[in-house]
Amino acid sequence: MLRVENLAVKRGPCTVLAEVDLALLPGEVLGVLGPNGAGKSTLLGALSGELPVAQGQVWLGQQALADWNPVERAQRLAVLPQTSTLSFAFSVEAVVGMGRLPHASGQQRDAQIVGEALAAADASHLAGRSYLALSGGERQRVHLARVLAQLWPGAAGQVLLLDEPTSMLDPLHQHTTLQAVRRFAEQGAAVLVIVHDLNLAARYCDRLLLLREGRPYALGSPEQVLRAEPLQAVFGLDVLVQQHPERGHPLIIAR
Amino acid sequence: MKPVLTPRSLFIALGLLLALALWLSLALGPVSLPLLDTLQAALRLLGAPLGGAELDQAELILGQIRLPRTLLGLAVGAVLALCGVAMQGLFRNPLADPGLVGVSSGAALGAAVAIVGGAALGGLPQVYAPYLLSLCAFAGGLGVTALVYRLGRRDGQTSVTTMLLAGIALNALAFACIGLFTYLADDATLRTLTFWNLGSLNGASYSRLWPLLLVTLAVALWLPRRAKALNALLLGESEARHLGFAVERLKRELVFCTALGVGAAVAAAGMIGFIGLVVPHLVRLLVGPDHRVLLPASALAGASLLLFADLIARLLLAPAELPIGIVTALLGAPFFLYLLLRGRT
Repeated sequence: MLRVENLAVKRGPCTVLAEVDLALLPGEVLGVLGPNGAGKSTLLGALSGELPVAQGQVWLGQQALADWNPVERAQRLAVLPQTSTLSFAFSVEAVVGMGRLPHASGQQRDAQIVGEALAAADASHLAGRSYLALSGGERQRVHLARVLAQLWPGAAGQVLLLDEPTSMLDPLHQHTTLQAVRRFAEQGAAVLVIVHDLNLAARYCDRLLLLREGRPYALGSPEQVLRAEPLQAVFGLDVLVQQHPERGHPLIIAR
Repeated sequence: MKPVLTPRSLFIALGLLLALALWLSLALGPVSLPLLDTLQAALRLLGAPLGGAELDQAELILGQIRLPRTLLGLAVGAVLALCGVAMQGLFRNPLADPGLVGVSSGAALGAAVAIVGGAALGGLPQVYAPYLLSLCAFAGGLGVTALVYRLGRRDGQTSVTTMLLAGIALNALAFACIGLFTYLADDATLRTLTFWNLGSLNGASYSRLWPLLLVTLAVALWLPRRAKALNALLLGESEARHLGFAVERLKRELVFCTALGVGAAVAAAGMIGFIGLVVPHLVRLLVGPDHRVLLPASALAGASLLLFADLIARLLLAPAELPIGIVTALLGAPFFLYLLLRGRT
């Protein structure tokens, strides 16, 4: 479990994120929404210890994030960045296998986990290929499998932070990926995911955080957050919100 | 691109190649020794009670000239290749070169100071001159690298991009200073300076060999311990941190290792280019980028390649000798271009 109180992050003299109170709960998928530059990636950077915080403190379990032993921290906290710059011809399994580096679970068990994580990310068919020969979307799924392998099989106390895991995916894989994330959360891990698609957020997230200009504008269930008024205020977008005819979650239609 | 060899078959092939390179390097030269005699004399040097008086000459040539030269080639080739792997890992670019952090140009500057400065002071005592040259080269390499590293640091973080750019600037500055020393040098000094910059394994002696052997051994034992961290670093710095590695320390260690290794190699044998660039690249094509295999395999391949380059250098115009830096550049530059162009298709 990961939590922060009154978090603020500065870049130079500018405060780019402030007044964030957040607790990621075990088994929960929390979606972060907001326009470009609203501070979504900054929030993820602060929560993962990548960016120094100007105020507040990030807690992983009972211990401040910075006080964790790096290897033990890596066994509990995995982060999927927006893009990756790997330019060496590792095999797909080797890339996913790097998720097992913080563990000493043995080659056999690691190979098994790599297979399961690849299957979870719907990327089993990529096994044996060279990473460099993959398309952008395929690479994204391989990295998702890597961070899943890092926490596999998932347990309470673990945290997974995902920065736009669906940005390069086709419509089918946007859904399969978020389904995989949901299934993973059901094993007990807390998941934070940055998404842009409001309808994907409505369908797959338990709670949503709406950011505007570095400050939380709304935090709550999809029904509470995805209403015409907040969306107008944050995105400047005129929308119609209806109920999904089959699933009941909010369905957002641009006017 | 799939690896073409399994690590096991690669190590067997490289082991055989290195054995062949060692054997030929001991046997061939201005006075070529029969291959079998070489083997027997080498065994006798190691203490085996073999052969008779007919081997005395072979043993002398081997012990006094060929063996130190071969060991020098072995160490220089291995350490340059290992440091090449370290730099390509640090910069996360398969075309990076140890020269990027300024160690080679710094060492060349140190050598220029020693050669030209020594001559200006009325010539150094012959006994100390080679040591002073090596020491200055080593200190120059270490100094410039430390400066590049320092310039790349801000707020406790090392920016690899800033280091790269600082390296370019300091390389240019170092070469300008070398140019200045070249301009000031008289004819004899100029010749020494030029040949030193082209690299050579000539004149190897045990007393100058052992510091390099120690450094090579240290680098060869230490870098493989960081193989997993290097693999993770290829994903990206923050990715490696999230996998539990101390990235800042790793970067510092890689730079230090390269400064030490390349500094010692350049101090002992002058500037020898392209080994650090081409060898890791070649090995990666054969077995893939996993550092657990790449590091030891590059050391073996680098040692073999440098020994073969030295064979060409001493045999092509025998009894005269070509500077080895020319041979490695003549072989390495076209290969590098081939790698660049191959990637486009």
